[in-house]
Amino acid sequence: MSLKKVDAVVVGAGAGGGIVAKELATNGLSVVLLERGKWHTPADCRKDDLRNQRTTILGNNTGPEDEGNPRVLVDQQGRERIVLPSQGGYNNNAACVGGGTATYGAMAWRFHPKDFRMRSEYGAPEGSTLEDWPISYDDLEPYYEKAEWEIGVSGDDSTNPFKGPRKKPLPMPPLPPTREETILRAAALRMGLHPFHIPMLRNSVPYGGRPPCMRCRWCVGFLCEVNAKCGTQNTVIPVALATRLCELRTQCMVKEILLDSRGRATGVAYFDQSGRLQEQPADLVVVSGAATESARLLLNSKHRLFPNGLGNRYDWVGRNLQGHTYTGAIGYFEQETYDDLGPGAGIAICDFNHGNPGLRGGAMLANEFIRLPIQFLNFLPPGTPRWGKAHKDAMRKYYKHTIAVQGPTQEMPVWESRVQLDPKVKDRWGIPVLRMSGYRHPHTLEIGNAMAEKAAAWLKEAGAVEVWLKRAGQGLSGGQHQAGTCRMGNDPKTSVVNKYCQVHDVDNVFVVDGSVHVTNGGFNPVLTIMANAYRASEYIVKTWKGTKFRS
Amino acid sequence: MAGCRASRGSWRFLTEEEASSLNAICEQIIPADEDPGAAWAGVVRYIDRQLAGHFQEHQKAYRQGIAAINRLAGRRFEELDAAQQQALLKKAEKDKQLAPFFNLVIAHAMQGFYGSPRHGGNRDWISWRMLKIPISPCRGRDHYDLTKGVKA
Repeated sequence: MSLKKVDAVVVGAGAGGGIVAKELATNGLSVVLLERGKWHTPADCRKDDLRNQRTTILGNNTGPEDEGNPRVLVDQQGRERIVLPSQGGYNNNAACVGGGTATYGAMAWRFHPKDFRMRSEYGAPEGSTLEDWPISYDDLEPYYEKAEWEIGVSGDDSTNPFKGPRKKPLPMPPLPPTREETILRAAALRMGLHPFHIPMLRNSVPYGGRPPCMRCRWCVGFLCEVNAKCGTQNTVIPVALATRLCELRTQCMVKEILLDSRGRATGVAYFDQSGRLQEQPADLVVVSGAATESARLLLNSKHRLFPNGLGNRYDWVGRNLQGHTYTGAIGYFEQETYDDLGPGAGIAICDFNHGNPGLRGGAMLANEFIRLPIQFLNFLPPGTPRWGKAHKDAMRKYYKHTIAVQGPTQEMPVWESRVQLDPKVKDRWGIPVLRMSGYRHPHTLEIGNAMAEKAAAWLKEAGAVEVWLKRAGQGLSGGQHQAGTCRMGNDPKTSVVNKYCQVHDVDNVFVVDGSVHVTNGGFNPVLTIMANAYRASEYIVKTWKGTKFRS
Repeated sequence: MAGCRASRGSWRFLTEEEASSLNAICEQIIPADEDPGAAWAGVVRYIDRQLAGHFQEHQKAYRQGIAAINRLAGRRFEELDAAQQQALLKKAEKDKQLAPFFNLVIAHAMQGFYGSPRHGGNRDWISWRMLKIPISPCRGRDHYDLTKGVKA
């Protein structure tokens, strides 16, 4: 049975989908926003260090549930195994209203201008599909600003000489510095580096009708107790709903995009809260399920004209899955460095994002978020006995005396790193699940390991008496920074969407999330996802005429 | 029926005997010194609860692993003296058959000792007290009255 037709159906209420829903609804389009997860509120904030988005030993606080949501992971030797959302290798992103923005660490980075032209700047290394974006930093700048002011960003990057030009400062000042920041700032200045306050999607003062951060230690991975963290669930989505033109339906799992005989989208089919199959007709479909699930939905939307999935005529959907290769260093200090102030991360440098001899790019380096004891187990120096009194001694010695510096190395995209549909395994609704395979490019590892050395040098200058490295990990990358699977480009033969996030083959389907990132920057990607969502929405609103686009 | 086993006692999955041996193993992994260890913190209670819940897939590993450790000991593990227990676990750590189980117990013991008490371990936040972390679950710089409006 068919439901009442709307102008647009948006699939996924995360960073991208939340913004699109708000922009379309406030501009007069009727919208249905479908989300497979639930809508959590600050009252649901469970301080559970074993079950959250960051530490999933006992599950994930914002979904998806382990039950009925398997994926298949194929390792480099070709061995395959089932992985569940709470297990490493699943490359999970949250499934809830707000998506990752409900629980994120909330760093609000603009990509570097060079991040949009990586191929021109460096040339692609062998075995990489490194390419330029079809848009520039300048194209995105007004939308970065809009995201900063509408969603809310605190911080101060005025002393970062490497940033792209900005027209407006950030709307909120930074939080007062922690002990770690004070130590690292002095050291960076002595080294001739350029430290500054990390931009964060977190209130430092009252903003948007919500209070400022109270600096508790339950931050990244958790819903914010006082609603000071700015996600789409407490900013744009309520605005969208207030128009009464947008209806949010939670716990709805979209099965496929419906297509007419000419291959244009007519809506989506989804399983509702009680598992009933529904059809939501719409003139426009916006896919915002994050790089893994958005690709899955396109691949599951088959048609006579698109036997390998919507937008996949040239086999680009699901390719180039990338995330970030996090590397860095940890230093032991004789003085106590722990001051129990969240969110912890506060100071960064962009001195090494570009301009590293022999390396194609690099990473922003920042101090790490505050560490709960269960997380700190992974921060002990190599060679620490794994058990016994010596291990306990190490916990007592190091816990309050370390600083960690790390950064997200921009990855070299790899064609073979991909998601596709598994031919056998299905989820609880009977929808084919993802089969993931691939690896990180050797040059990515090389850059990452170079960044670890930079972090180590910073910590040594800061007075660390022992320093140990966190080197680049192998295997497929994706995780919460997942990107790249529906590349944006001008040539339909080498990309999935155009520069407005519109699928080349089907003009009334848009992909608006990290999937469209050609490269993923040496930064956390969320502000770029948000800026792109504003930009794509503006294009939709401007060119939408009744049920069609003006050509 | 397994569920009617007399020795099941207060445990959800483990038998009394298994719990007793596992408790001694965990106490070697996180021994009491100037601060309490795994036994006091209730690490086995954490593991037992998860074995009946999120860790059901590990039930077989525990059932067989504890038995294997006891076989290696030649009697019940907890009857060995401390030096013998440590020597045996060092042997288990290098043993191809036993190492996967021992690694699992190490990981779970750490979770039960350093993780939230809500899951059965870390009694009275003992590990957090040991690390001298303020215990109040959510300590902030300020306190807000959320009922009052804030300026946009």
